Amino acid sequence: MAMLEIKDLEVYYGMIQAIKGISFEVNEGEVIALIGANGAGKTTVLHTVTGLLAPKQGRIIFNGVDISRVKSHKIVSMGMAHVPEGRRVFAQLSVLQNLLLGAYTRKDKNEIENTIKTIYKRFPRLEERKNQIAGTLSGGEQQMLAMGRALMSHPKIILMDEPSMGLSPIFVNEIFDIIKEVSAGGTTVLLVEQNAKKALSIAHRAYVLETGKISLEGDATELLNDDAIKKAYLGE
Amino acid sequence: MISFISYLINGISLGSIYAIIALGYTMVYGIAKMLNFAHGDVIMVGGFTIFWTVSTQGMSPLIAIPLAVVLCTILGVTIEYIAYRPLRQAASSLVVLITAIGVSYFLQNLALLIFGANPKSFDSMIPVPPMQLLDGQITILGETTVTVISCLIIMGGLSLFIKKSRPGQAMLAVSEDKGAAQLMGINVNKTISLTFAIGSGLAAIAGLLLCSAYPTLSPYIGSMPGIKAFVAAVFGGIGSIPGALIGGLLLGIVEILGRAYISSQMADVIVFLVLILVLLIKPTGILGKKLQEKV
Repeated sequence: MAMLEIKDLEVYYGMIQAIKGISFEVNEGEVIALIGANGAGKTTVLHTVTGLLAPKQGRIIFNGVDISRVKSHKIVSMGMAHVPEGRRVFAQLSVLQNLLLGAYTRKDKNEIENTIKTIYKRFPRLEERKNQIAGTLSGGEQQMLAMGRALMSHPKIILMDEPSMGLSPIFVNEIFDIIKEVSAGGTTVLLVEQNAKKALSIAHRAYVLETGKISLEGDATELLNDDAIKKAYLGE
Repeated sequence: MISFISYLINGISLGSIYAIIALGYTMVYGIAKMLNFAHGDVIMVGGFTIFWTVSTQGMSPLIAIPLAVVLCTILGVTIEYIAYRPLRQAASSLVVLITAIGVSYFLQNLALLIFGANPKSFDSMIPVPPMQLLDGQITILGETTVTVISCLIIMGGLSLFIKKSRPGQAMLAVSEDKGAAQLMGINVNKTISLTFAIGSGLAAIAGLLLCSAYPTLSPYIGSMPGIKAFVAAVFGGIGSIPGALIGGLLLGIVEILGRAYISSQMADVIVFLVLILVLLIKPTGILGKKLQEKV
């Protein structure tokens, strides 16, 4: 059984239909990439999955439970974390405060302490800057903080929205290495990216979204060698 | 010189009340991003609750004051739930603003209906004796002492609450980014309710202090101090808690000194002149945050 299953999802912004009936699934342990051009609806899908938007039609089944009507703030304690587009760290709070807010739904202080230690191990830069105000971090560091903050909730699945957006090439590589590590650590990953080449290089499977519909799906390596994909998304 | 000092003390006293009221404005603005113009009228409800329970029902102030705090807390949360929450997704923030003005008139007219238009005389509930300084040249009223101390305790307590407690951190998160806060598992509606609860509970205390210092009570008593406290919140930097304290104190001092040295009729004009000057010179207020975003 799939860990996350999206069935015939339709989402509207007012009168405008942004998602036109899509279905896909994410199995435990996978890295799934959702790629597509600007405005294809990738972010809308993620926002709907975590309840920031309500679907008009369709179901979102997470570990056997339909979460399509569950309120956003209840999703994280079910084991799903979302690293939003543009990172959205709490810019006026310190790095440590941001991380602690990531563990907002967890109660055990000692365990939170331990998670912070593992996060610092994965992102040494966050430890160096733990008392710095998040708004003064560089874009790449903010992305690391957003990821660390999401990992603080001990998610079973982590949704990442354009983690490489606006980052320097060095940071892009670093961020993708981290996503691989997160996956190796046992967390399932649903990755939305415009950087299709990078995303496909670390994903198991991928779906291509085009103006609200899934136009193509398959193994990431296959898609990476698909002529149509090469032409449309990889710039070859 | 002596009279200047006693004016200053009066200014600090009045300013402390403004600061407590301004806290309610500034917290609600910071977290719910709306101006709750009914806030001043919650003060009036607090004042009337204490007046009615003590003067006509013979209750001890020790019961009446907590009762007023609880009642105002419930009132504030109810107002938010009935009047503001359904409008949270409204396209224009003007909608909520006009609703708040409507709630303000509703509360004033409800009080008018129940208690009538005649001002009531409010006996001070503060049994603290006055202090004599400099061989009796300066008298500090018990009300003044209690007001200033209450204000400092409230500011300190609230700052600590926000810094150290889980709900306090949730407030900071919601004030910055509601969506991201939800993704952390924070219930935004609950956090906004809590903000209204705190602000309105403080309004009851402000009502007690205000009516003890200026012992008359009418349905309109909250409206002017409410608006002046709003000016104080803007002056200090709306959204900032220390800003509410600084803005409140400065505005209280400006008002009393203006009344003493310039003209007692012009005192209100001077207060609102401060608002205009702040908006012209530094619209974010003394401690207002400049919004910076990194892309």
